[in-house]
Amino acid sequence: MLRLMLVLTFALLGASVSVAQGPVNDALLMHKRPAKLLSAYNLFSDPSVQIPNEGLHPFDLQQPLFTDYAQKYRFVYMPEGSKASYDEKEAFNFPVGTVLVKTFAYPADFRKPTKNIQLVETRLLIHQKEGWNAWAYVWNEEQTDANLKVAGKTLPVSWVDETGAVRSIQYVVPNKNQCKGCHTYKKAFSPIGPKARNLNKNFPYTGGVQNQLDYWVHTGLLDGVPTIKKAPSIPKMDDVSAPIADRARAYLDINCAHCHRLEGPASTSGLFLTYGETNKTTWGYMKRPVAAGRGSGGLAYDIVPGDPDQSILIFRLDSIDPGIMMPELGRTLIHDEGVELLKEWIRQLE
Amino acid sequence: MNNIFKVAAFGLALGLVSISFVIPAKAASNILAIDGSGDVQEALQEALILAEPGSTILIPEGTFHFTGALSLDVPNISIKGAGMDKTILSFAGQTTGSEGLLVTSDNVWIEGLAIEDTPGDGIKAKGVDTISFVNMRIEWTRGPHAENGAYGIYPVESKHVLIDGAVVKGASDAGIYVGQSQQIIVRNSRAEQNVAGIEIENSYYADVHNNIATHNTGGILIFDLPNLPQMGGHSIRVFNNKSVSNDEPNFAPPGNIVGTVPMGTGIMVMSNRDVEVFGNEMAENASANMLIVAYPRDYNDPNFNPLPQNIYVHDNIYGRGGWAPDKDAKAFIEPKTGLPIPDIVWDGAVDGFWSALLGPDEGDRIHIKEKEGTTFANLEFVWDMIVPWDAGIDRDISNYSGSIEQRAPIMLPQDAIK
Repeated sequence: MLRLMLVLTFALLGASVSVAQGPVNDALLMHKRPAKLLSAYNLFSDPSVQIPNEGLHPFDLQQPLFTDYAQKYRFVYMPEGSKASYDEKEAFNFPVGTVLVKTFAYPADFRKPTKNIQLVETRLLIHQKEGWNAWAYVWNEEQTDANLKVAGKTLPVSWVDETGAVRSIQYVVPNKNQCKGCHTYKKAFSPIGPKARNLNKNFPYTGGVQNQLDYWVHTGLLDGVPTIKKAPSIPKMDDVSAPIADRARAYLDINCAHCHRLEGPASTSGLFLTYGETNKTTWGYMKRPVAAGRGSGGLAYDIVPGDPDQSILIFRLDSIDPGIMMPELGRTLIHDEGVELLKEWIRQLE
Repeated sequence: MNNIFKVAAFGLALGLVSISFVIPAKAASNILAIDGSGDVQEALQEALILAEPGSTILIPEGTFHFTGALSLDVPNISIKGAGMDKTILSFAGQTTGSEGLLVTSDNVWIEGLAIEDTPGDGIKAKGVDTISFVNMRIEWTRGPHAENGAYGIYPVESKHVLIDGAVVKGASDAGIYVGQSQQIIVRNSRAEQNVAGIEIENSYYADVHNNIATHNTGGILIFDLPNLPQMGGHSIRVFNNKSVSNDEPNFAPPGNIVGTVPMGTGIMVMSNRDVEVFGNEMAENASANMLIVAYPRDYNDPNFNPLPQNIYVHDNIYGRGGWAPDKDAKAFIEPKTGLPIPDIVWDGAVDGFWSALLGPDEGDRIHIKEKEGTTFANLEFVWDMIVPWDAGIDRDISNYSGSIEQRAPIMLPQDAIK
């Protein structure tokens, strides 16, 4: 009888059956319609503490995108026997069946960042036969499972920051289109983070610390890596041993360049912020705004060397007005540390 | 000549291809009616994501409030309201997203609704093929204000754009703005109390006709700007429009190119080539009824041509104009022409000595044919720089006879099926 009910449930809801154990549910991941509950995919052996199931590998990025100070847990899954192929500049070419998993979370107190963590949402970027697809799941109050939110959601989140101050925001879970608003490369849905320069760093795996590219190669996740030494890398934004220009450009690369590039959603602006962009006007140096509207703040140029306060780039990063702010999505707070870094860089520009 | 016909034929061919896709989708059409009594924001956004291609999404009569941007990425969708004064999507309380509605999919038709008070742009379509905005209203209800969103209707990097019967009011940049696009029709629309009423920027093949632009800072602007993926705007026809009483002080945030537009500009062509302006009525524009100018700012882009070339202005009707010029019209034109500023002014910027002396090469010239009594000035800015003692201007309209090749009207696939 129970089995019959399960079958019926499956038939009725199409894709909402929850499986406690077993491998990652490849078939469900390839389904056109998303599952209603995150647990149905069986990506985690213990979802509430983000323990990945077999085949799901954790990773992180040298310089993450700023999302209202959220902590992020990233995982990659590829079906048994398949692997991604290396690209020096762009996101790797992932096989069909790949899932990139990103969970957004806040510790109650950032002074104890591993304690009392609240999971907020888990986003799946799934490589299906027709292309990449994205879905967001919002964690329930009990933190036992997460529910699909097709149209996105706004929910209150608060925490204590490093200085002991309480911060409260209306956290925005994006809908599928908003995901694509950034995840677009040459008009197709595409991953952003897993590029060689972002992954080329050490990660504390359960078996010990290892360079992520090295791990991916040795675990059979990645093909075609020349040698790790030849792979590009970027500095962390707070690594003061690295030149400030490199840190600033790395920050712009991960926070802006998915849109601000010729092949991205902000191509119309002519402002391109990829790490390798060498044309000074193109990365904003004394570049006039186009269609910026009141985003220009009455200023004449994107970047005025030596003068961050006259630079539109700073004006837009230092705002939370939806008609002005950049990035357009993904934050409701100003990233003070990012703004400071870019101001310092512009102050030193000649 | 041949080129023009080839392009027109190409446009038609594209049209036919598009039609063959549209019809099967229509046949499979599916109606999704939004229930106006529930959470419309969530219901509408879900419909915009989950709709099957070929669907029509119906939004009922009523005023609905949104806190976030809406977006559509499914092709072959119609979104229909009960009318531009009946179905009102209000974004006055919007806290996230830089436009009211963003469209990123092909073959989309939006009709009969209003979008009000977005902090950013009203409705944007980016990188799409075949998009129609019909009988829509985009308005900032407090009237002109520097904090209003930049653009009302904003298709960019798109092909086959139809804007028909739109009303746009209060945009702090351009009410109707078509940027870096191709094959465009803007018609039967009304742009009022915007900085720029209608602006076609860095675009190819546009027909802008039978529109009314009034009480804007500038009525109709045809611009081309440097440092953009698509430059060299060309093949634009502006005809049978009324651009009258554009008397709104410029309220654009400085830094933007439209921030330089003088209050009281009728029609303005800046850079671009192959532009035909005819059958329009321009009147009660205090700076100038008709301006033809080069891109005025410094730029760093070897591929950009700042000059207006092969422009033909003819058979327009001019009323009062140029009696109280603003901004550059006051700073640069009035000292040379006195008041009132002539009906048609060309800054006379050309590329080099010989062009300054003899006029631009055949094929790059400015041509004017207007009825007796129409006033004109070529300010001869470049000649003035070369021989400042000969600081004359040329007011003789007969030196600018001739015409440009006429091209076929723009044909759009979405027009053919209606």
